[in-house]
Amino acid sequence: MDFPEDLRYTREHEWARRKGKNVVVGITDFAQDQLGDVVYVELPDVGDPVKKGESFGVVESTKAVSELFSPVTGKVVEVNDPLSDAPETINEDPYEEGWMIVIEPSDAKDLDALMDAKTYRTFVEEQE
Amino acid sequence: MRYHPHTPDDVRAMLDAVGATSLDDLFRSIPKPLRLSRALDVPPALDEISLFGEFRRLAARNDVAHPPFAGAGCYPHHVPPVVDQLLLRGEFFTAYTPYQPEISQGTLQALFEWQTFVCLLTGQDVSNASMYDGATATAEAALMAARLTGRKKIAICAAVHPEYRRVVATYLRSTHDELALVPFGKDGRTDLAALQKAVNGDTACVIAGWPNFLGVVEPLNEIAAIARKAGALTVSVTAEAVALGLLQAPGALGADVSVGTFQSFGNPMTFGGPAPGFFATREGNVRQMPGRICGATVDKQGRRGFVLTLSTREQHIRREKATSNICTNSGLCALAATMHLALLGKKGLADLARLNYERARLLEAAMKRAGFERVFSGPAFNETVFDVGDAEAVVHRLAKKGIVAGAPLARWYPDLPRSKGALLCVATELHSPELIELFAQSVRG
Amino acid sequence: MANPTGWKPSMEKEAKAEGAGDVGAGGATRGLVHEEPLLFERGSVGRSGVSLPKPTGAADPARELPGALLRTGGVEGMPEVSELEVIRHFTRMSVWNHGIDTGFYPLGSCTMKYNPKSSEALARLPGFANVHPLAPSELCQGALELMYQLERALSEIAGFDATTLTPAAGAHGELCGLMVIRAWHESKGNPRKKVLLPDTAHGTNPASAALNGYEVVQLASGKDGRLHPEAVKAAMDEDVAAIMITNPNTLGIFESHIAEIAEIVHAKGGLVYGDGANMNALLGVARPGDMGFDVIQYNLHKTFATPHGGGGPGSGPVSVKARLAPFLPLPVVVKEGEAYRLVADPKERPQSVGKLREFWGNFAMFVRAWALIREYGPEGLAQTGKLAVLNANYVRARLKGAFELPYETDSLHEVVFDDGAQKDSGVTTMDIAKRLIDHGFHPPTIYFPLVVHGAIMIEPTETESKETLDRFVEAMKAIAAEAEANADAVKAAPVKPFRARLDETRAARKPVLRWKAGMKGE
Repeated sequence: MDFPEDLRYTREHEWARRKGKNVVVGITDFAQDQLGDVVYVELPDVGDPVKKGESFGVVESTKAVSELFSPVTGKVVEVNDPLSDAPETINEDPYEEGWMIVIEPSDAKDLDALMDAKTYRTFVEEQE
Repeated sequence: MRYHPHTPDDVRAMLDAVGATSLDDLFRSIPKPLRLSRALDVPPALDEISLFGEFRRLAARNDVAHPPFAGAGCYPHHVPPVVDQLLLRGEFFTAYTPYQPEISQGTLQALFEWQTFVCLLTGQDVSNASMYDGATATAEAALMAARLTGRKKIAICAAVHPEYRRVVATYLRSTHDELALVPFGKDGRTDLAALQKAVNGDTACVIAGWPNFLGVVEPLNEIAAIARKAGALTVSVTAEAVALGLLQAPGALGADVSVGTFQSFGNPMTFGGPAPGFFATREGNVRQMPGRICGATVDKQGRRGFVLTLSTREQHIRREKATSNICTNSGLCALAATMHLALLGKKGLADLARLNYERARLLEAAMKRAGFERVFSGPAFNETVFDVGDAEAVVHRLAKKGIVAGAPLARWYPDLPRSKGALLCVATELHSPELIELFAQSVRG
Repeated sequence: MANPTGWKPSMEKEAKAEGAGDVGAGGATRGLVHEEPLLFERGSVGRSGVSLPKPTGAADPARELPGALLRTGGVEGMPEVSELEVIRHFTRMSVWNHGIDTGFYPLGSCTMKYNPKSSEALARLPGFANVHPLAPSELCQGALELMYQLERALSEIAGFDATTLTPAAGAHGELCGLMVIRAWHESKGNPRKKVLLPDTAHGTNPASAALNGYEVVQLASGKDGRLHPEAVKAAMDEDVAAIMITNPNTLGIFESHIAEIAEIVHAKGGLVYGDGANMNALLGVARPGDMGFDVIQYNLHKTFATPHGGGGPGSGPVSVKARLAPFLPLPVVVKEGEAYRLVADPKERPQSVGKLREFWGNFAMFVRAWALIREYGPEGLAQTGKLAVLNANYVRARLKGAFELPYETDSLHEVVFDDGAQKDSGVTTMDIAKRLIDHGFHPPTIYFPLVVHGAIMIEPTETESKETLDRFVEAMKAIAAEAEANADAVKAAPVKPFRARLDETRAARKPVLRWKAGMKGE
């Protein structure tokens, strides 16, 4: 299982990556593995507000539905539209092509509260 | 007891394996005071011969000598014996919901065919695997429209089946969606000016009969245009699905959701239930649709097969956030309808619809000769409302001859002018010209 | 990110088919089975399978109806097939199915017992099949008498005062029961806000609560699989409208604290709703109405053997205590002198929650259920409950050791195992289920209840013989052994049915939900 060092992680298994002043968000390798084949993803629209710890969408396999929780508070500035036609990308490449949204955070410090790779790895091991 | 295979030796051997001393011992987890200390007070057991005797006695107390002249949401039609012969195959009727697709392909392919028939007849893109009945399908359509539009108000035409309207009201009661009733005119068609006023930016949908409860064919295209202008959806409701063989598909006239029942295909009346409710809509709404859906896929070896799909909408996965709580639907009734529609085919359905249309005109002519006028002037399919003077009295008088005369409208529309005399009657392929004549003369008395 | 089922779907890839020639313990072999296209891919222009009077052409719809509202020609895409083609089509498809008539069907919580053929014949008597719901009561006294008697019998069997037959299925019964509860609270001035549910509940319970506008509060059950009074006490307040409890619960375990739990809920003005899905365990042995329940719904296809028909129709009568009776939906059957009558006018029952469906209920199911109750009588009903529990406990005793039993607590009519013992082999509950098919058995309910990871929920029912159960146990043990020796063979299952494992991922990613001209057969 892969947990890139440069990312921050939530307890709900989302990852967050700093990109300039913005934050890119997706779900982790562990999350996609737990779900199995992803068949559907529902994402917000550009311009929608998101709140730290609150749901911004859902991701589904054939047997489970999971809500997606935002790691930071802010505004959606970009959405990975191709995912709706190719949700398998989330399984195949969760950290790169499988990214979900880009958020312009109202408080960049939100990120600091998240887990780093090492802490997240321990967290996942405890879950398993 | 023929359904219990256990011999006393079996019971003993099994109790030994379990480590229990008696059958009662198996219930030790139920605290004594909570157990029943007496026999149930139900009638004593019957052998099969006595059972048939008792049920024949009950059945004989229902007079079914003539096909009823009442339709009103439940229609007398001929069911070819092929349907029941096939339906009784235990592989179909003793199966559960197809959770294990590899050993349920018969049920699943039939559901896929049912969904296709529903789409073909309604002109919609997608259908589910059936609903409880037409009334609950209508209520679920209202709830879906509210979810899709984010609006609360439901406009429903007064000529939609009154039983359906009452069910919609029951379903909406706890969610507090608002129900606005749209009146009909003297011709029995929805009053478009009133509809115009009733529909606004808060309206989630307009619900209209196709044809409506009064037997009248609505200007569905105009109704849908008014709804669309306000950003509301149009829900068409069809209780007499044979009409869809003659009338334009509601989806082609602008309906966004089409619901109702296919009871008219392959399903006997059985006192009003069960019957296959249907639910169809535009492709874009599929994830908000209630109920089970069957879809095509392939197996490991690349052969076409079918599975239940898009289940994440449903209660067993999404629980309190599900689109509906429905799980068991009307699968076997839908199968019966699928079989009947297969037999009918393109020409058979067109002929059946035309035949129903003709018999209803024959009934109108016979009633006119007997002195009874139509109450509504709008174009009709196979049901007509007649003014018979005192509808309840006519119903009881004809009951003495074993004839179900129709549905007195005053039960649901007490405020209608001439409501006392209004009797809703149907004529189908089962009502021969001779029977129709006899009926009209009997109504005259 | 949660996947409570523990089942991770993944794209199915070609696997080697092994054991295709063996005969499973349940007698499964590969027979002469036909491929069969869709109806819409069959036939030839001009064929038909019906014999109807010819329309005379006397009345012309085009003269009366606006052209825009009429179809021109027939319904495009409709098949054109002969009667024999229809017969072969559905007969061939039927043999791709497994039903109770084919073999053992231990689907937990679904109570798949034998469906008597007598009941089918009786439901088809013309006096039942051809009666119109709006026939005047003098022409349908038999139907009304049957409903009246069935209502009373169901009240007695579960220990209540009044019963409505109207709900169309169990989930519809739940909706009805909660509406009645809501209406009762409303009559006291406050509908309340919440419904309590143990974590073992069926998914329909939270969905039904939500449909009634209630917020769901989930309660954790104890280590013994039971709901404990302390958990209820902690969550119970005056905003709680009701608690919904399945008893025995979905682990097959009797909620033995039920009386105390009911007292706690009643003390704060709440009501106790019973999900009657597992009523088969209690038939003639104990009655929910004697345990503190205020409402319960039946599932006639479970307890009283009406056929499930591959998805329905069901029937979900609801029984209530006297204080809730005025709120029951319409209609109600009443007896006046020697005559029966339907009360369908809300004016006669002003407190009724209203109508829940068209007409009166799934009457054809009432006929079948009443036939079974009449054939059984009091002794037969009690024996049903006892033998159902015996069968489940027998399977439990014989499978213990081969499969892990997550709850040691006594169980009644069903038992839940898991795939814990197979974990090292990589064989999962899904694999075990699919391999059972190769042995000729329908798999148990799997991945439910959610409190058990990889649950295998077995409910044999009382109509199965010891020999059938022995063969099932043999098959399960053979699979457990095979998982050790040759896990790949288990994972390749099923190899015997008409179709191999189907790709559910593909079905959901690119939904094809109906036939369209040009559709490929693959």
